[in-house]
Amino acid sequence: MEPALIIEWVIKSAILLLFGVTGFAYLTLYERRALARIQVRIGPNRAGPFGILQPVADGIKLIFNQELIPATADKVLFVLAPIITVLPALIIWAVIPWGRQVIIGGREINLYLSNANVGVLYLTAVASIAVYGIVIAGWSSNNKYALLGGLRSSAQMVSYELALGISFIGPIMLAGSMSLVDIVEAQSKVWYIVPQFLAFLIFMMAGLAEINRAPFDMPEAEQELTAGYHAEYSGMKFALFFMAEYIKMIAIAAIGVTLFLGGYRIPFIDIPPAIEPLVFFIKILILLFVIIWVRATFPRFRYDRLMAFGWKILLPLSLANVFITAVILVFRG
Amino acid sequence: MAFPERARVQELFKGLWITFKSMFEKPVTIQYPEVKRPVTPRFRGRHVLNRFENGLEKCIGCSLCAAACPADAIFVESAENSDDERFSPGERYASTYEINMLRCIFCGYCEDACPTEAITLEDNYELSFTNRYDAIYTKERLLVSVPQNGKPTPQEVEPGKFDRSVPVMEDPTD
Ligand code: SF4
Ligand code: SF4
Repeated sequence: MEPALIIEWVIKSAILLLFGVTGFAYLTLYERRALARIQVRIGPNRAGPFGILQPVADGIKLIFNQELIPATADKVLFVLAPIITVLPALIIWAVIPWGRQVIIGGREINLYLSNANVGVLYLTAVASIAVYGIVIAGWSSNNKYALLGGLRSSAQMVSYELALGISFIGPIMLAGSMSLVDIVEAQSKVWYIVPQFLAFLIFMMAGLAEINRAPFDMPEAEQELTAGYHAEYSGMKFALFFMAEYIKMIAIAAIGVTLFLGGYRIPFIDIPPAIEPLVFFIKILILLFVIIWVRATFPRFRYDRLMAFGWKILLPLSLANVFITAVILVFRG
Repeated sequence: MAFPERARVQELFKGLWITFKSMFEKPVTIQYPEVKRPVTPRFRGRHVLNRFENGLEKCIGCSLCAAACPADAIFVESAENSDDERFSPGERYASTYEINMLRCIFCGYCEDACPTEAITLEDNYELSFTNRYDAIYTKERLLVSVPQNGKPTPQEVEPGKFDRSVPVMEDPTD
């Protein structure tokens, strides 16, 4: 392999990681401002113009927080858990395409890290690693609330992963490929949200459950479990959990955009490749807003209803969607 | 769980619409240090010790406020007035007057108990301190500034003029 290619990959990975980390920081601000607007407030606007330095202030505060490890905790796992949680959230970005190719300095550079032909499979596989982090965190804290949170999240994430994975199948069948680049290119005429609206809804619901966002934020239900699996975490370790949650939120939005909202493309218009990442970014922002908006609107599910909803409604619905899509595809040839 | 009926699914979207609409309402936030919310006329904020128009202090050191205080927040120590060094009309004045704002519950009983209307609760609610000792408001911090035509205390006054502690009330309707 030529060295230039390796350098290119390293640079692209670095950019993606940076995007993930700053994206996390600014998503917290975005969320707080959006929530505030929905609640007819203003939100954080003191640190810097429009509060844009708020994440920096929060970060500094978290770094200087005292780090506690409970005396009876399993120390190795306790330290490992936030890392296990955050890693999948970061590596999931490897297969998400930001655009096609741009020419920089005579080199043709792909605006994605890898065009894996099993891209969608990779997404589901990586997304499900995160549950380990949460379960381990809950278990190693040696705290019953944390353990309950961890158990809930394992049950919840395993259940909703099924519906999530099956909702991916609709776009895969339509595009005839598992590569995310192919799926985006196949949406150059019409976004898959139109023929696969049901799959999109299932994806959004299962996705919210997968990333533990309201109204499915069972593992950290404050009223019942104080803070769930991260009840014992403080300082930067807590920040890592927070980071994982928010990066996964961006990732779910990015996956939704890629699979259902045409990725970096605008239908019928051939936009120059250089601004494709921008188009992608704006679409992510819109989907993120939807996630925040849902959080601001709906109260948390009861736990048994959550499981019933996942197994008795979402899963059959997603299977039916796959079946109908398959039948229609066969009949249309 | 039964499959949600159509009406219930509609409710979900109604809820979303309501939260979306509220984004375009005017925020209710009051940007505090710049914009202050006016207080009501009978608001009970920080106390002040008042003065007469000639600058004499109204407080006569009777300790009635301290006795009335349910939180035991007030400490008064009195001393004798003389016509050469007069702080307040009458025999005595408060040589020490302290209110511990960490104890005070802003009930206003001190104001009620005072025979001379010396202590009143005003509209200042910005009572933050970083130190317990700063929470004790001494007489210097509580006293209002000397009125325009008045003189600061202690004053030298002509003898026999200010011998009543509690002034005669001309119109006792207030
Ligand atoms: S307001 Fe009430 S608690 Fe405060 S000093 Fe006066 S009597 Fe005491
Ligand atoms: S403030 Fe009023 S009640 Fe308290 S000591 Fe002075 S005169 Fe007496």
